Amino acid sequence: MARLSYVQAACNALHAVMQQDARVVTLGEDVGRGGVFGQYRGLQQAFGAERVIDTPISEATIMGAAVGMALAGLRPVVELRVVDFALCAMDEVVNQAAKARYMFGGQGRVPLVARMPIGLWRGSAAQHSQSLEAWYAHVPGLVVVAPATPQDNHGLLGAAIASGDPVIYMEHKELWGLEDEVDPTRIERLGVAALRRPGSDLTLVTWSRTLHDALAAAETAQDEGLSIEVIDLRTIWPWDREAVFASVQKTGRLLVAHEAVQAGGFGAEIAAATAEALGVPVRRLGAPRIPVGYAPPLEDAARVTPQAIVAAARELVGAPARGA
Amino acid sequence: MSAIEMSLEHALALYRTMARIRAFENAAEEASKGGVAAFGASLAQAKVRGPLHLSTGQEAVAAGVCAQLRTDDLLTSTHRGHGHTIAKGASIERMMCELFGRATGYNGGKGGSMHIADFSIGMLGANGVVAAGIPIAVGAAHALRLRGGDALVACFFGDGAINRGPFLEGLNWAGIHRLPVLFVCEDNRWSATTETGAMTAGEGALARAQAIGVPGVAVNGNDVFAVDAAAAALSAQIRADGAPRFLHAVTYRIKGHVSVDAAAYRSHDEVARALEQDPLELAAIRIAALGGERAALAAIDAQAQAEIAAAVAAADAAPWPAQSAAYTDIQDTGAERWRD
Repeated sequence: MARLSYVQAACNALHAVMQQDARVVTLGEDVGRGGVFGQYRGLQQAFGAERVIDTPISEATIMGAAVGMALAGLRPVVELRVVDFALCAMDEVVNQAAKARYMFGGQGRVPLVARMPIGLWRGSAAQHSQSLEAWYAHVPGLVVVAPATPQDNHGLLGAAIASGDPVIYMEHKELWGLEDEVDPTRIERLGVAALRRPGSDLTLVTWSRTLHDALAAAETAQDEGLSIEVIDLRTIWPWDREAVFASVQKTGRLLVAHEAVQAGGFGAEIAAATAEALGVPVRRLGAPRIPVGYAPPLEDAARVTPQAIVAAARELVGAPARGA
Repeated sequence: MSAIEMSLEHALALYRTMARIRAFENAAEEASKGGVAAFGASLAQAKVRGPLHLSTGQEAVAAGVCAQLRTDDLLTSTHRGHGHTIAKGASIERMMCELFGRATGYNGGKGGSMHIADFSIGMLGANGVVAAGIPIAVGAAHALRLRGGDALVACFFGDGAINRGPFLEGLNWAGIHRLPVLFVCEDNRWSATTETGAMTAGEGALARAQAIGVPGVAVNGNDVFAVDAAAAALSAQIRADGAPRFLHAVTYRIKGHVSVDAAAYRSHDEVARALEQDPLELAAIRIAALGGERAALAAIDAQAQAEIAAAVAAADAAPWPAQSAAYTDIQDTGAERWRD
């Protein structure tokens, strides 16, 4: 066990995988200097410029070249800076990486991990703050992962590289500095949710940074006598139906909270699937359908807060709002 | 190899590749009649359905370039890619089965004309998106370089592709990383139903490549011997120094954008002039000058026709894929979750 930040945990995981597997390469802007967030610190010194490849600001070719590398036998880890910039490589993700194996009748595989951090990041405005996990979850062929803790950023990155599938790996920009104990020997599996807090009155499903707001909300709610079970989805696709349904069968209610825009967000999919399967009351909580503004009051309008989560939970169980 | 030094044997081999491509395209065209619903047809009769992009008249580019490729060289192709695939050494029968959508096709019926691939011969796939093969070729070249050796990637794309971003990105990338890629701009002068020249500023493909720092040459893309000689020189340079080269092969798209497109937007004169430059006819004249007999070419033509006829018959008799195949080859993680 070691105390590591979210960013260092991922860096260590990648270092270990590159040491074990010569097929693993890393490519993207600034990776040779360690990446703008420090996710690749020390890797080029350790593995050389042929395996830790500095690239031009050419997102389409960063992603497209990774597809070519994968089809030719490598296992690339792709740095795309932030999901907002990864949109410049949408064809390469959606039409190439996600489709090649199927289109070619199983002849080629695209084992790659495309890192495209999501989320609000104080003062970053509309083109550096989005959470677009639902877009990618919608595309057959892709796996979508969103780690919320240093331990998961270690274990899930390793699992993503090992999976053999094209994985959209969405770290959160406000979590880079989060520190916790990390067991580097712990093996994670994709598609498995984590129970973060047991409870009995309702199930709260969340992921990424919102997990930490959800845990704060559950603590507050506990003081009011409302017991919230918190599930960290970790993998958005394939999402862990079994874990969510088992919890909801116990609590009888589902709330999904995420930082992405609520309309068409992935919470809608979980809520709909749960309501269809179990017939229980469900509720979604996400951002309003507005671009993220720069000034703090504007940005805060897009933020899902612990207070909003508690309010949604209260409403779901039919409890009177506090002070009402 | 200069045209003068060209052996009759090599010349006949080039001709044979072109004849097989021509016969394949003609048979595919015939089987696709009525195959695109958007053009008002019922799909009921067509054996080959959906958009079929023919390379008829462009055979010399595929034959000349691929004659210089080895089995361990890789290739990326386009939506108009039958010729490249045949010239790289793919099975014509498995290709035709794929066009017919049958289980015995290269892709088990999952791809069709626009996505044929044969990884066993280094053919990494045709692509339905213009210019999409360029970044893929660049990445595959990284993999070759890590592997060691002097194999290269041949990357075919059309004249329309030079107006897409990946052209700039991919050539720049191959240049700065000195990657073994032979970029082949197969310039048939038409971007779907629009003349490419009217949509292209400046001096065009080769000038753009040279401006980015990728050296190359332009050739008459209907002269298979010229293409072959240029590809020989460029591929030798790539194998020697590992850096990218560019071949601009100017040809002409005899057929419409897709097989059911009558191409009424261009003049009869233009097409008639192009037909006078038929690459097979040009090659036949040169082969005669080398001492080759017409009868030898006629035998090659007949052999190609017979081979294609057998492929069509096999495709026609082959089974459809089981519907259960629609749910496989997608992903390993959550492979059973397609129904959710």
